[in-house]
Amino acid sequence: MAKNKKVTVGIWEDEHKLIEAARKTREAGFKIFDAITPYPVHGIEEAMGIKRSWIPYICFSFGILGCTFAVWLTNYVAETEWPINIGGKPLTLWAASPGFMPIIFEVSVLFAALSSVAALLFVACDLPKINPPIIDPALTSHKFAIFVDEADASYNTAKIQQQFKEWGAKETRETEF
Amino acid sequence: MFTRDQLITGNKTLEQITNDICEPVETVPTIKWVALMLGANSTLLIFVSTLIMIIGLGMGLMAVNHPIGWGTDIITFVFWIGIGHAGTLISAILFLFRQKWRTSIARSAEAMTVFAVMTAGIFPLLHTGRPWLGYWLLPYPNQRGPLWINFRSPLLWDVFAVSTYMTVSVVFWYVGMVPDFATLRDRAKNKIRKIAYGALSLGWRGTARNWSHYEMTYLLLAGLSTPLVLSVHTIVSFDFAVSQLPGWHTTIFPPYFVAGAIFSGFGMVVTLMTLVRIGFPKFKDYVTINHMEVMNKIIMTTGLMVGYAYATEFFIAWYSGNPFESFVFINRAFGPYAWSYWIMVTCNVFIPQLFWWKSIRRSIPAMFVISICVNIGMWFERFVIVVTSLHRDFLPANWGDFIFTWADFGVLFGSFGFFLTLFLLYLRLAPAISIAELKPVLNVGRDNNGHDASSGGTHHG
Repeated sequence: MAKNKKVTVGIWEDEHKLIEAARKTREAGFKIFDAITPYPVHGIEEAMGIKRSWIPYICFSFGILGCTFAVWLTNYVAETEWPINIGGKPLTLWAASPGFMPIIFEVSVLFAALSSVAALLFVACDLPKINPPIIDPALTSHKFAIFVDEADASYNTAKIQQQFKEWGAKETRETEF
Repeated sequence: MFTRDQLITGNKTLEQITNDICEPVETVPTIKWVALMLGANSTLLIFVSTLIMIIGLGMGLMAVNHPIGWGTDIITFVFWIGIGHAGTLISAILFLFRQKWRTSIARSAEAMTVFAVMTAGIFPLLHTGRPWLGYWLLPYPNQRGPLWINFRSPLLWDVFAVSTYMTVSVVFWYVGMVPDFATLRDRAKNKIRKIAYGALSLGWRGTARNWSHYEMTYLLLAGLSTPLVLSVHTIVSFDFAVSQLPGWHTTIFPPYFVAGAIFSGFGMVVTLMTLVRIGFPKFKDYVTINHMEVMNKIIMTTGLMVGYAYATEFFIAWYSGNPFESFVFINRAFGPYAWSYWIMVTCNVFIPQLFWWKSIRRSIPAMFVISICVNIGMWFERFVIVVTSLHRDFLPANWGDFIFTWADFGVLFGSFGFFLTLFLLYLRLAPAISIAELKPVLNVGRDNNGHDASSGGTHHG
């Protein structure tokens, strides 16, 4: 479990002001900052300059991997390991494959779905986190926050707090995250 | 000009939404819930004890015998799997079509899917007669030869389809709940609750970067679930269609089964949501009468599709000129099991036509009764398909009857206890409406001041 970082946080109560503040934070030159919202706020990615998620690449790659695996497994079992004649149906790779399509499809979907979720939870969101510091319990209900990390080159908590207030924050403080 | 009706009534604030939806999880159960739970538990006991007797004494307790080798187990399996389909339709397909009204019912419909598929999964295992050897269905190098499975068999396709569907549905449902579990964790007053929901939420914090990945994954899962759900009932129909029995060997089966699955699933969603609205009156602002009306329209439409499929089957039986095929269909409608055929047609085709009247579409008691009829009708649809096709096949020497026993009744009736026990527990342990998904659609149908934009004017659902 990583050590908590020191951050300066501002708390908003309005979605639109939050998006505006996120845009201003980015324009003010901050690099290591993020927002906390109780639900996906649309438009904040553009305001903060967040790039499109990379998870589709994982989904596609593992889907292809699952497909390859299923093609190999069905053909290996039916042709090499356990060739049985069922109603004279063909055994060779391409002639037999139509009968394996449902298996191939299901295994591809399974790989694609599970890999995407694993990538989301364990890589992209860096979960599970045991007992993470909670800045404000209302941030999963009806309040919004922006925080700047102390690792940011222009980190100055007093200045940031003052700016956040100017941009409509109801509350600002330095805390751990 | 058309304006949208409000999706969420009562001019809620974000905080009120959180409070309203978390309330059933955070308060002591009402007497009504306890009564329902005890009823469900008693039914579950019937299920468990019947299963123990069937597994202990053997399949002879059930009606499965020559010539009807597929009985209550397969009928009830197809019934429950079909019910699951509406949940995925609501949570995935309507999500891809950007149908915002789905938000209020998606969580519970998805829970219904998971529990229905769990219930369904018991039946094929029971039908194998030796459920303790169920792992033989999995392909892995073993010491039995090695004895592999036959990948060309539709029954094995079913194993893969149903288990993949189960896994992906559970994952989709759980991923949707992670942010809401975090909400419950942050509201928790006592330590046990904090630890339990903290663990379930995996420490979710909801940063903008997390949400960006989260929404992308949710979209991908919806995209994957859509062909998946269509494939599942298609493959279930292959169990029948790939065989050569008259009445089963038809190409209409995949779309016919999928339409029937959605029809029966929406029937079950309406049954459950009417009860949820009664049990948790605050949810009436979220699952409004408009939501119920839209679902009733879908029931009516899919009911017509199912009726069309019944008619097509008859037409093809006549048009094919195959005497065995036409015999089966005449036997269905006028033979010894004609009563089951006409229950099916009445419940699935005629009764849902009542939804042409707006007052019936918007009446809670009416839709409750009709949705129960749909459930009964769809169980009989599978009964008709399985039993009437098998009981009189090519040779009169092979003809026989299906004698429903108390064990058949026990597993059929008891399975509802299993399903309802899980659903009732879910209603009190998880937020039954997606809190994080509901908030972004809060402003649908509201004007800039947060008031109902459609009042007084024309409206469009």
